[in-house]
Parts: sequence; structure tokens; C-alpha cells
Amino acid sequence: MTKKPSLYFSASQVTMVRLVWMTVAAILALMIIFPLLWMTSISFKTAQDAFSPTLLPASPTFGNFTYVITEVPFVRYMANSLFVSATVTVVALFFHSMAGYALARLRFPGRELIFLAIFSTLLVSLPVIIVPLFIIVRAMGMLNTYAGIIVPSIFNAFGIFLLRQYYLSLPREIEEAAVIDGAGYWRIYWSVILPLSKPILAALAILFFLANWNAFLWPLTVASDQDLWVVQVGIANFKSEYSAAWNYMMAASTIVAIPTLVLFLIFQRQIMDSIKTSGLK
Amino acid sequence: MTTTAKPKFKRSRISARHREWIAGYLFVLPDALGLLVFLGLPMLLSLVLGLYEVDGFGSYRFVGMANYTKMMSDRLFWQSAKVTALYAVMLVPLLYVCGLSLALLVQKTNRFNGVIRSMFFAPHMISLVVVALVWQFLVVDKIGVLTRLASALGFAGISLLGDPDFALFTVVAVSVWFLMGYYMLIFLGGLQDIPAMYYEAATMDGAGPVERFWYITLPLLKPTSFFVIMISMVAAVAGSQAFDIIWVMTSGGPANSTSVLIVYIYQQAFGFGAFGYAAAMSSILVITLMVLTGLMFLLTRGGRFSYD
Repeated sequence: MTKKPSLYFSASQVTMVRLVWMTVAAILALMIIFPLLWMTSISFKTAQDAFSPTLLPASPTFGNFTYVITEVPFVRYMANSLFVSATVTVVALFFHSMAGYALARLRFPGRELIFLAIFSTLLVSLPVIIVPLFIIVRAMGMLNTYAGIIVPSIFNAFGIFLLRQYYLSLPREIEEAAVIDGAGYWRIYWSVILPLSKPILAALAILFFLANWNAFLWPLTVASDQDLWVVQVGIANFKSEYSAAWNYMMAASTIVAIPTLVLFLIFQRQIMDSIKTSGLK
Repeated sequence: MTTTAKPKFKRSRISARHREWIAGYLFVLPDALGLLVFLGLPMLLSLVLGLYEVDGFGSYRFVGMANYTKMMSDRLFWQSAKVTALYAVMLVPLLYVCGLSLALLVQKTNRFNGVIRSMFFAPHMISLVVVALVWQFLVVDKIGVLTRLASALGFAGISLLGDPDFALFTVVAVSVWFLMGYYMLIFLGGLQDIPAMYYEAATMDGAGPVERFWYITLPLLKPTSFFVIMISMVAAVAGSQAFDIIWVMTSGGPANSTSVLIVYIYQQAFGFGAFGYAAAMSSILVITLMVLTGLMFLLTRGGRFSYD
């Protein structure tokens, strides 16, 4: 953090320590991303070549990708995933920002109680409630529908909580001008609060999209109709059909991973910052 | 929203205060309703449903404690409970140590560390289904890259997923690989909040790196540690990551050695249609989680820590 001379080491020793430190970090980082490199490499290899111990394919081929895309309804799965993830993200951000705004800015009886009730669901995770949730969704007649995949995925306390924190930190004066103009609460929310929330909404949008793109358990449970399969369910099922064809499976895996990795490459700062600050506040 | 119509119009029938009330309720309504139906209701139901026998077509028959007595004598239930406990007991400390170590390794903010941080975190961006597939490929018997590495290191003929003695370790290793980048970020957030002057003062007093870590970093990191242990424990017991990994890699096998509770529950419900029995086991999971989090809060006085 500082360039002060160390009490323990001479300048050259400090440089040495730093160099060793950096080397260790770099080697570790390469080891950690090795499985991802390997996955990409195999997806360009031929079937006979799949277990050869070289990182670079001897004779790179796009054959695995074309096979996966043409022989399996992979494009359909991708489209389903895209539709589900995008819908959940947009609706969730809309609802959460409304709730977050009211919980932070409006005064009404029972507000603290409602917030506490929402907050208490923060630690409830999907696996624990999967059986009763399935029964409820079945009773609502939403099995094997897009609505069944989408609607239950919208609601989570995490987004409400973060948005409420954000709105609490905004200065009061921001709304006052609008109030003097005689604007109703809806207009204040729509034309004052929402535009101000762009940065946090963008960060949350990325997180929500990624989480829903990667979700497996709920789509697996609620949709047995193959036309509704999202890409994660499709690829897990792909495995039982082509269990030995690792070159195809790694190509499919690479296709599924690429959108998230591209999002990460573009937005790594925002993604990592929002996780870093979401820890404890 | 009715409250916004014609802003200039003076609403004489309801006062400004009441308008604020109504607006507040309407703004909260969609989320509150959704959370109630899709989170609150299932939570309640998970406690009640275990008293019924529910078949695949949705007919219910009250059976009292029958599901619970069945559970007591179900060898596979106890096996799954044991595997869940083992998984959590291995995963939570490993994640703590790995997450904190990675964070300390790249604590300084500079461009090099920025790249390394991203590489550490990258696995967390991949879906668990893909993670499971890729790792399964790496540990294929005899010819997988890691299997070959293991035999080169003297563990010849080892089967990392096929051997009941190793399969759970492999699942834990994959979970750690996937999660440690996430916890590194949480720890980095916590480290950031420790004022630099403490370190400066300690250095002046002649404290070395080890002492600084032991007497400054670790105590001041308590709130973050609490959060990390709490979150990782809940996720491990509930099987938030374990389900996807195990479902794809082993389906609970071999010899039920990786059958965590959530996998067994899922098989009972969606494989055999035993929804009532599955719900009864879920309720045990819910109660376990409540007790564990309650205990954490008690031990740490509500997660609050004093800095003196």
C-alpha cells in the first residue's frame, strides 16, 4: 500500500519478495483457470484426440460445434434461456426498485415489519423449498409453461435489500423539487428515482441475468417439456445421451459458458465490485 | 397507480398522509405478494406437508407422523444426513481458508492483481452444470488429465469419482474451485474496510507480517468472517451448489457416497413421487438451518462485533 522502506528487508529483498509473490499468484491463477482452457481446447479437438495431453489441438476443427448446433436443438435451448433470463431480470428489477423505493422513502404503517419479513427470507434457498414450491406451482397450473419457469424466479429479497440501501443513501432534496411541482409518488419514482438508479440497476441486471442463465434446479423441476428446456437442462441431458463423446460435450459446454464469460470480460469491474460491497452493509 | 392521476388536482377526500400510505402499500405489493406465494408459503408448507401422503397426481391423505417415523428407520436418510454433514464440515473451513488466502495474495490494488483477481473469480461465472461436466472430463478413470496427474504422483489406478472413498472429496474440491473466487471478493471487501493506520502503527511498533495478520487483520475481519461462515454453511447444508454438481457428476453415487440430503429428497419427490416423505425430510433441513443460523447469531450476539 505504501512505498515506505520496510524495517525488515532491504530494497532488493523487497523486490525479490514481491517477485516471488507475483509468481505464486500467476501460477495459481493459471491453475485455477486451467479447466476452462482445457474445456475450450477439447471442443476444438477431434474424438480420437480428446484425451491427448496437449493443450493445443493437433488439428483444430469446428466440427464439434456444428454437430452440437445442428444435431441437438441447442439453438432452441439458448433462445429459451435468453428469453427466461431477460424477462426475469427486467421484471425483477422493476418490482424490486418499486419495493426498495417505498421501503426506503415512503412512510406507512407496518413498513418496518414488512421489511423485516422480506429480510428474513434472505437465507431461504431454493433447494430447501423445492418440493412445496413445485406443489404450489403445479396447483396454479403452471407446470411446463414459461410462466412456471419465470414467475417464481423473479422474487428474491437480495435485490430489494440492495436497492433499499441505495435509496436510503440518496439525499432527500432530490425528491423535494418534484414534490413542490405537485408530482405524485408514481411520477417521482418513474422520472426522478429510476433515472438516478441506473448504475445500481445495471450492476444488478448483470448479476440477475447471469444467475438465471446459469440456473439449473428450478427449470429442471418445472419443465419436462423439451421445447421449454433452458440450455443448462439441455446440456445436462445431452450428457446422458452422449456420455462418451467428450469432444461434443466440451463444445456444448463452451457454447453455454461463452455468453457468461463474455459478460464477465466486459463488466468484470462492475460484477466484482457489486459482489465485494454486497457482503456486509 | 391511482395516486398519480392529475398531479395538480387537489384531492380533498384523502389526506396527503393517507396518500403516502396507499402509495407505499401499492409499491411494495407486487414483491410482497410474490415473496409470500413463492417463498413464504413454501416455507410454511414444508413444515405441514410432511404430515401428509401426497402422490404424483396431487391427492393428499393425512398420515400424522408416519413420514417421520419412516425417516428414523430409513438407512438412506441417515446416510444422506451423514454425507451432508461431512460435505459442510469439509467445505466451510476450506472455503474460509482458500477465500481468505486468495484475498490476501491479491490484496494490493494494482493492474497485475486486478487481472489475477479476475482469473481467480472466473470459475464462478460458469454454470454449475458446465463446471460439473468439465470436471468429470478431467477426472475420467485412467485417461482424464487429473487422473493421469494423480497416477504420476504415485496414486495409480485411483478412481476419483468411481470410488466411494474419494467421490465426496472430489465433489468438495469442485465446490471449492467454484466458490473460492466469490469468497475472495467478500474478503477483499472486508479487508478494504480495515483502516491502514492500524497497520502503520503496528509496523512502527515492530510487528512483522505474521503478527499484523494475527492481531489486526483477523480480529478486525470478524464481521466478514461471520458473514462468510454463515453464508457458506447455509449453502453447504441446503446444497445450493452441491445439488447441481452431484446431480450431473454422480447422481448421488457411487454407493450413495455423494448423496447429500437435497439429492435424496429430490429423488424421492421427483423420482418416486413421494412428495410427502420428501417434504418431511425438507422440514428437517429447514429446522437444521434455523438452528444453525440461530446458534451463529447467539454465539456472536446477533452478528454484531465491537472493535475494542
